[in-house]
Amino acid sequence: MTPAVFYALTGLGLFVLGLHALIVHAHLLRKILAFNVMGSGVFLVLAGLAGRTPSGIPDPVPHAMVITGIVVAVAATALALSLMLRVAGATGSARLPDETER
Amino acid sequence: MGLGARAGHLLLIGLLVSIFGGLALAVLSLPSESPGLSAQVEAAMADTGVTHPVTAVLLDFRGYDTLLEMVVLLLALASVWSLAEGSPFADRRPGTMLDRLSRLYAPLMVMVAGYLLWAGSASSGGAFQAGTVLGAAGVVLTLTGWRLPIALAGWPLRLILVSGVLVFILVGLVSLFFGAVWLDYPLEWSGALILLIEAIASLSIGATLAALFLGGRPEEHP
Repeated sequence: MTPAVFYALTGLGLFVLGLHALIVHAHLLRKILAFNVMGSGVFLVLAGLAGRTPSGIPDPVPHAMVITGIVVAVAATALALSLMLRVAGATGSARLPDETER
Repeated sequence: MGLGARAGHLLLIGLLVSIFGGLALAVLSLPSESPGLSAQVEAAMADTGVTHPVTAVLLDFRGYDTLLEMVVLLLALASVWSLAEGSPFADRRPGTMLDRLSRLYAPLMVMVAGYLLWAGSASSGGAFQAGTVLGAAGVVLTLTGWRLPIALAGWPLRLILVSGVLVFILVGLVSLFFGAVWLDYPLEWSGALILLIEAIASLSIGATLAALFLGGRPEEHP
């Protein structure tokens, strides 16, 4: 297994773990964290698979996309957090209503 | 957790494992060597005025994309400003340790940001990295109770926030005027123009990230 494939598989693992947490947890902060883990997985897949060049110097195009992607993800997280604060302010809780507890 | 919920959770885990399996199959079926676009980037490097391929892709070949990504940052900030009701850290008093350390760290982080910006034209680094470090410096200062002076919180802050996008668009218009192609910098000026855009952009990215952390429009919370 080459390092590129190893990074990509690790990224897939992070993505699926994040997806699990996104579905299972009802608290919005955990959902936002889970979404960030999923995003990190996607970045790892992109950056890892860019290293499959014959020369060993990674393909710069995916790397440039990941760099801007990380900063945009931080901004989107900030927006999600302030949405969460508004939900908490309006309903008194940042937790989604649990279907089984109704 | 009831029996039904437990069965549902097992079903979910099964589904996720099969998603992982499918994606892993897709990754493993990729050719083990693929040059991607490296050859095209390598061939066009001479037209950019910088020597690091990632910077060349970011600011030259995909300049339009990077410009729009900076607009996305501004959009996120505009949305946060229209949602948030103020900073939750307003009345915090930092401990002596944090206070002293932040005084030590903040100038150091500004220096690191400057280095990252300068290094970007020849090796790893650039506007987004430098901007992120600047933003982190702003977050550290915010956590220790520092606030932007009221006089700077109005239009001077907004000018810094939009300056990155503004300079990018201006350079694009100038290159449209002289070279007839949008964002295709004239060859002899290319390196200097990219450095100019990066310098202003890192300042504006840093300010945007710090302002995003603060939440809420700054002048409303003296």
